[in-house]
Amino acid sequence: MRDVAVVAFTQSPSVRCEANRNETEILIPVIHEIKQQTGLATEDIGFICSGSSDYLAGQSFAFVAGLDAIGAWPPVSESHVEMDGAWALYEAWVKLQIEDADVALVYGFGKPSMGDLPRTMALQLDPYSVMPLWPDAVSMAALQARSCLEAGVISEREMAQVAVRDRANALNNPFAQVKGEFDVDALLAEPMLVSPLRKHDCSPISDGACAMVIAAGDRARELCERPAWIRGFEHILEPQDLGVRDLTRSRSTEIAAEKAGAHSDKIDVAEVYAPFTHQSILLERALGLGDAAVVNPSGGALAANPLMAAGLTRVGEASRRVWEGQADRAVAHATSGPCLQQNLVVVLEGN
Amino acid sequence: MAELCGIVGIGQTKHDSKRIDVSMAGLLREAAERALEDAELTWRDIDAVVIGKAPDLFEGVMMPELFLADALGGAYKPMLRVHTAGSVGGSTGIVAASLIQAGIHDRVLVAAFEKQSESNAMWALSIPMPFSVAVVAGAGGFFAPLVRGYMRRSGAPEDTGIRVAVKDRENALKNPYAHLHMEDISFDLVASSPMLWDPIRYLETCPSSDGACAMVLSSESLAAKAPTRPAWVHSTAMRSEPTMFSGRDQVMPQGILDNAEALYKKAGITNPRKEIDCAEMYVPFSWFEPMWCEGMLFAEPNEGWKMTYEGATAMDGDLPINMSGGVLSSNPIGASGLLRFAEAALQVRGQAGDHQVEGAKKALGHAYGGGSQYFSTWIVGSEKP
Amino acid sequence: MSEEKEPVEVLRTPVELDYTYSAGVSASRFLRAVEQGKLLGQRCPVDGRVYFPSRGSCPQHGVPIEGEPVELSDRGTIVTFSVNRVPSENIDLELPYAAIQVLLDGADTTLFHVLGECSIDDVRMGMRVEAVWRPRDEWTISMQNIRYFKPSGEPDAPFESYQEHI
Ligand SMILES: [Zn+2]
Repeated sequence: MRDVAVVAFTQSPSVRCEANRNETEILIPVIHEIKQQTGLATEDIGFICSGSSDYLAGQSFAFVAGLDAIGAWPPVSESHVEMDGAWALYEAWVKLQIEDADVALVYGFGKPSMGDLPRTMALQLDPYSVMPLWPDAVSMAALQARSCLEAGVISEREMAQVAVRDRANALNNPFAQVKGEFDVDALLAEPMLVSPLRKHDCSPISDGACAMVIAAGDRARELCERPAWIRGFEHILEPQDLGVRDLTRSRSTEIAAEKAGAHSDKIDVAEVYAPFTHQSILLERALGLGDAAVVNPSGGALAANPLMAAGLTRVGEASRRVWEGQADRAVAHATSGPCLQQNLVVVLEGN
Repeated sequence: MAELCGIVGIGQTKHDSKRIDVSMAGLLREAAERALEDAELTWRDIDAVVIGKAPDLFEGVMMPELFLADALGGAYKPMLRVHTAGSVGGSTGIVAASLIQAGIHDRVLVAAFEKQSESNAMWALSIPMPFSVAVVAGAGGFFAPLVRGYMRRSGAPEDTGIRVAVKDRENALKNPYAHLHMEDISFDLVASSPMLWDPIRYLETCPSSDGACAMVLSSESLAAKAPTRPAWVHSTAMRSEPTMFSGRDQVMPQGILDNAEALYKKAGITNPRKEIDCAEMYVPFSWFEPMWCEGMLFAEPNEGWKMTYEGATAMDGDLPINMSGGVLSSNPIGASGLLRFAEAALQVRGQAGDHQVEGAKKALGHAYGGGSQYFSTWIVGSEKP
Repeated sequence: MSEEKEPVEVLRTPVELDYTYSAGVSASRFLRAVEQGKLLGQRCPVDGRVYFPSRGSCPQHGVPIEGEPVELSDRGTIVTFSVNRVPSENIDLELPYAAIQVLLDGADTTLFHVLGECSIDDVRMGMRVEAVWRPRDEWTISMQNIRYFKPSGEPDAPFESYQEHI
């Protein structure tokens, strides 16, 4: 495989509601900043790929306006996935593998505050048998948390500990939305939101966008002093129906991590996209993280969850730890679909 | 060095306005199973799935590939979902081919579909947005002024569009999968059909269809085991540009010209009109045939209409275009681009039945979308590149 | 077992989702001006071309458009058009009508609107038009404050003057 590395990353501050700016306006400064940071102009970029969702935006072809933000002129080699930006990164990484390009720009954006997010997410479910019941996203996750608790593989205390850890980590992240010092017992005394989930078990609703530049070989070394080399990249999808999969583990993450080589050596830093606390515990196990691994130094999705950008943000945050020398080997994870249906794993190394 | 990608299986559904006899999963499986059967492979042989369709609002399901995972044999495999407006079918094929070319997978199933009857597509395209004035109804309202711009620039005879519409519907009569089978198609029938968006007549527009298309793509070593001669991907290209900016040429966008140049360069083609034996292009309104003949550099600027007029694009012409009947005869939007790509592959494999171009060795598949701003194309050949 | 029943072919699931849109910062400025009967464009800092309305960035050059707005005339030239005979739920106009792309004087981009007070047979590319505004007390934050454009009676603009905008 060709050596490809993450060399730059920018993001907007995640907020509960971007009342004034539309999606393109959220994206413009993020793209502008990454171009400034890298000194790249549109014609220096060989491929562009983005991730977003029409249903979040409430209109068809919502991603087209994203082209306005990048200044797609002269015409660009470009694609879009109706998925989190982390999968757009995958498509771009593949493109660089066939030497069609040496530098790629990837971005993701979402403004879920426009609609009723938990209800909108019900539209991901089987339209003939499940969706007509309108199960919302939090209730779906609660079903999974309940089965994990009943099976005895996690406890409510462990779940609260995840929230305390991530919110404390987020204190160092200027882009995070939910942060602070919290006490496990105090959190456990809070009322249930959707039993067995309390508010701290759920990620916030966030508007935001992020952008990333990846580059191959020497081009990467020119653009970044210590590039975060992509050493493994896999993603796996499970069937959706909750009745046909084991909800107490993340089988697809296990397979993806194994194939990406995450298990083969020690991991210094992990950025895990867990929209709910119990999912973080399942994912950390599936990734096979040792005790020494620092998990979610950015605060993770529990601190900021800009849908369609949050997965790509995990890769950006993990890469940052490699650039800054805090990690020699990092893993980033992204998820999509109800109850961790689809999972992606990237292994990044400094050498 | 990129690996070679061969097309070893091709399948599509019967396209129709309402396929209420099947679910979304059933529609996709109809196409996918035909592709697997053609390749003499099973679901087990597939390493990854790439799926494409146009806006989710057309079926009313957000990211439908998630609930379709098991129906598409995607369980515990990688699956990607592409969406690049009307060009999506083409882009989906290109993404799938790149997985083979990069050496990541050996066999990839690519599928694209649209089941417009599941929701209300006209509604999905025209949701009233606050702050904006609704002036244009549907895609025809958007493209009609551009067609008028082309007519003015090129001085093309006013019946050029009618001739394209007749030719494509005649071709569709030879394609059992086509949605429209108009036995009584004639110049007078098209000419007398009502003007919808002047200068576009009713019979110069595409239908709205349910349908799906699927292909099995294979690495070079596994393609050698295929029961039927594979089609080989010679080159692919994608170009996008903004919907609007000052001075943008909307009639003949730079994006398609750049796309054509990049595509031919990679394929080693210097004279596309001569070297390409037939082409399947995305022509949703009849006038886009002459326009895209110029865009794909088959004709000089403002002279694309001459190809239509002189019969060059007919089945017995020197560069047959839209042998399947094209988008004018079947338009399951998300699948339409992949159907163009698949028809090109069928032709060079000699599998196109009654609409086969004799001895076709190199064929173009072309798709476009948005406000004439997304382009995806591929060249396939009967020989390895 | 019970007797064979017809297969289920159609299942109706009404979906109702509410969204709150933001026009955005630059469109808000434009809409607030339209509310006062003014048409505001903005210059691209790279080539100085006037975008109407501005969307906050130049789509060609990918740079933010932040400079002072430019007030435009409500007269312009029909760059191209189509005659619409298709009914649509969201369009409240009598059929047939001409949908026109108008290049306002002083702008470098076109806008879609409709033509009034003109026979369908007379509309043509290059025709000069002027806005017909609704009564002032009906003005809102919408381009619908302009009811339609009508022929201004000026001589047609030459093709060369607007051809790059098609
Ligand atoms: Zn500009």
